[in-house]
Amino acid sequence: MSNGAAVAHDTHHHHPSLAHHFDTMDDQKEASLLGMWLFLAQEILFFGGALAAYMVYRSWYPDAFAYASSEIAILPGAINTAVLIFSSLTMALAVRAAQTGERNKVLVLIVITSILGAVFLGIKAYEYHDKFVEGHIPGFGLTFQFEEQYYRPAQIFFSLYFVLTGLHALHMIIGLGIMTWMFIWTKNGIITPEYYAPIEIAGLYWHFVDIVWIFLFPLLYLIGRHVHHVG
Amino acid sequence: MSDNQKHHLVPLSIYYTIFLALMVGTALTWWVATIDLGAMNNVIMLTIAVTKATLVVLFFMHVKYSSKLTWVVVSGAVFFLLILLGLTMNDYLFRNISTFG
Repeated sequence: MSNGAAVAHDTHHHHPSLAHHFDTMDDQKEASLLGMWLFLAQEILFFGGALAAYMVYRSWYPDAFAYASSEIAILPGAINTAVLIFSSLTMALAVRAAQTGERNKVLVLIVITSILGAVFLGIKAYEYHDKFVEGHIPGFGLTFQFEEQYYRPAQIFFSLYFVLTGLHALHMIIGLGIMTWMFIWTKNGIITPEYYAPIEIAGLYWHFVDIVWIFLFPLLYLIGRHVHHVG
Repeated sequence: MSDNQKHHLVPLSIYYTIFLALMVGTALTWWVATIDLGAMNNVIMLTIAVTKATLVVLFFMHVKYSSKLTWVVVSGAVFFLLILLGLTMNDYLFRNISTFG
């Protein structure tokens, strides 16, 4: 086979997005998805560390945790859960539209997913403001206000509340950045039915952040409702 | 791995069904949380959360249609999470039991 024929063969068969160290687009996609899952395995254990702290302190101060939890208004948290689940649906549909090559649909769905993410952060900010008004922020030199008998452990509960929801919100903000990136790549035609792995990986990240919230909502908002009816 | 697994196009109806199940699960968690079931409150709450998370992983994250290697990584992550939480609690819950018998 002559050199010229080899070059022609290359340009005909090799997708422009195929890196040289992979034989096929399928190998490349499989490797990149696996890499993302390994990153998510790390993320699971990262949040797992914070959850372990939550479990230990809750086992030490079950009554204080139940009481402090019932001080948090449920409705904003429940709305945010629904908002994130809805955004996971639009994200999954965006990946599907990328598979079938419906570029405009992908763009619209990425925008909807991002708007829902922004709504979540807006409601979260409103909740943080509530905590500030109610005197439930431990630290920053603010006056922490709580019933005398639960004063110290309630500070631990709200510390965990802010660490867990804060790390989650940070992941949401990074997710919005990734959505912007994917919007640009889709608009520029980089994303095609042959090369949609970037959208799928962005989707894996988005769904993971949704899963974290699926656990945070009951663990932070709902543990004291059957005994106290405060917030 | 078959071609079918590599390029699996999940039917739209599955995405909508999972979405509905997740919404119902959320409503159910809220409702159950207001009823006093003692220690069962925690069990039910976590069972619903784990079910919801499993649905997201299997269908929205396509693990149901993924390679064996992906299954191994996902199960491995959950396994090590359980080690982290389980052994930590094994220490803290039974720390003050210092003697046997």
